[in-house]
Amino acid sequence: MKGVLESLIRGLGNGSVYALLALGFVIIYKATRVISFAQPAFMIAGAVAVSHLAQVTGFYAAVLLSTLLIAGVALAVERIAIRPMVGRPVFVVAIITLGVDVVVRVVVNGFIGLDVRQVGDPWGLRPVEFAGLAVQQRWVAMFLTTAVLVTLLFAFFRYTRYGLAMRAAAFDQETALAQGVSVGTVFALSWGLAGGLAAVAGTFVGTGQGVDQLTWIIALKALPAIIVGGLDSLGGAVTGGLVIGVVESLVQSYQGDLAPWLGQNFAVVTPYAVMLLVLLVRPYGLFGTPEVERV
Amino acid sequence: MTVTRRARRPAGRPLLYTSYSQDMALLDTRAKKVWLGVLLGVAVLSSGLPDDLLILLAGAYVAAIGAIGLNIVTGYAGQVSLGHAFFVAVGAYTAAAISGDPGGRVLGFGITSMLVWLPAAGLAAALAGVVVAPLAARLRGLYLAVVTLGLVFLGEHVFKEWDHLTGGPGVGRPAAVPELFGFRFDADSALGTRAQSLYMLMLVLLVVFAVAARNLARSRIGRAFSAIRDRDIAAEVIGVPLTRYKTLAFAISSFYAGCAGALLYTITGFFDPGSFNLLMSVQFIAMVLIGGVATVSGSIAGALFITLLPRLTQELPALLPFVSGDTTQTPNVFQIQVALYGLLIVLFLVFEPRGLFGVWIRARAYWRSWPFSY
Repeated sequence: MKGVLESLIRGLGNGSVYALLALGFVIIYKATRVISFAQPAFMIAGAVAVSHLAQVTGFYAAVLLSTLLIAGVALAVERIAIRPMVGRPVFVVAIITLGVDVVVRVVVNGFIGLDVRQVGDPWGLRPVEFAGLAVQQRWVAMFLTTAVLVTLLFAFFRYTRYGLAMRAAAFDQETALAQGVSVGTVFALSWGLAGGLAAVAGTFVGTGQGVDQLTWIIALKALPAIIVGGLDSLGGAVTGGLVIGVVESLVQSYQGDLAPWLGQNFAVVTPYAVMLLVLLVRPYGLFGTPEVERV
Repeated sequence: MTVTRRARRPAGRPLLYTSYSQDMALLDTRAKKVWLGVLLGVAVLSSGLPDDLLILLAGAYVAAIGAIGLNIVTGYAGQVSLGHAFFVAVGAYTAAAISGDPGGRVLGFGITSMLVWLPAAGLAAALAGVVVAPLAARLRGLYLAVVTLGLVFLGEHVFKEWDHLTGGPGVGRPAAVPELFGFRFDADSALGTRAQSLYMLMLVLLVVFAVAARNLARSRIGRAFSAIRDRDIAAEVIGVPLTRYKTLAFAISSFYAGCAGALLYTITGFFDPGSFNLLMSVQFIAMVLIGGVATVSGSIAGALFITLLPRLTQELPALLPFVSGDTTQTPNVFQIQVALYGLLIVLFLVFEPRGLFGVWIRARAYWRSWPFSY
């Protein structure tokens, strides 16, 4: 039981990182109807920026600076590569983001080098005793930070002018335009937010084990999270992220004993297996809106 | 005047079609016939090139078969697939297992005839496509893209773990043996060097697969695919059974991918389960997009372009002194190569969505009215 609870908490920690990434995907999707495959690049760029800045400014200031920096990069990418494509098929734009991802990652890899880079976080792999359970401090930090960020985000969408504009544009772009909402600003804002969230997520991915040139693959696990939650549901993104994190963690702990025939490291691909299972039952995810098509 | 079976075109009117069969012909203009002849002639004469270039070109031709396959499902039928690498892997392993050494370290049945393992590889991959299709047919657009992406990761895991078949990551296994009626294409023979035999084999197979794809595209099935791509609900309304044709698109595309996978590694002779990753899928996507969506000739051009790109970037350190040929330094040619895939995809989609095919159309239109610009 102790083991189950511990892996549950580890899952919630990792899951909250997936949730942050998934939120970025969903925010961009709601604003522009495109899945941005550039999120992995922004995530790794954020972690690498922190690892360089932390040596100068200390960890917390570095996280803040890197978040702003990556949000800026995301804004630039949106302006240069995505905005000219408004009105083109979503598939084309999605593939463009894939191309952007490859390019940005090559640049970032230059800053990583061949070794593992530490992000300079204060937690490392140290555990903290919590109700008799050994819990790593970083899981707690991930979960709490995500909780705060998600609350802030939902408040932003609910109570601010720009949040309202984003909701309006997500509901119907043309009508929003007609009501005086600047849809261009909404696009930019969504990319900026997603970039910032990815940078924070990247920092947390880097805590403990550091970042290397293959760390970006972790960001792709947020894709199953958004599919499980439903592409256009913010709550679904958070739920999906946590579900994926917990399932992955439980599988990591118990699959070796219960189902060894699935092979070593099956946990790494469980997110995709979960995604396929959910899609078999619900093609639009748990909380997604079924698309109504008119000819 | 008697009516001939294929009505002849009046002299001096190259664009006048007088019968349906003329309109639907594979080579409907004289220019196409001439160009095809010239290109084929150049391709055959190229077998006199140095061996290392021939090997590269043979690889490009196989990649073109795979790219045509992806173009069938993504270009013609409009179903975005990021999972092409998975089907390539299924084909590669089926072929390798069938033709493998029965007494070896990895699974093998010792049937080296290409007539057996090539169709088997295609069919196994097509079967995988049919198995995936029910899921794919329910999903649309980006949901489908993400699911096929998941397929690549799940497949990569299976192939890394199933080391009796694949040899395991970092070790790999020998590829299929290209043997036809006792003739080995992967060995020097009286007819030519190993590179020349492989080159001609891949060229002939590419022509066969390309013609088959063109024929498919102008058939009832091809028209159904286009209808689904343009508007799937409208297609259903006019009587195209969506599930059946989406399944068919995945099956045919996977068949091409499987054959490409089976052939691809006969050139190197050895392959590793780590090869079938997301990068491979992205490369195929790049071939299709850079070449030209929903064109067979574009797929071939794109495949040639993407496969020959590493060769071109190798020359960069000589031209640009700040680029290093050493992997430990930055920027090095390998980084530039990967970045170029991404950059080219973006640039082509932004500036020339029809790809290399579109560039050709533009050039043709320019010269047709030369020296006038209108």
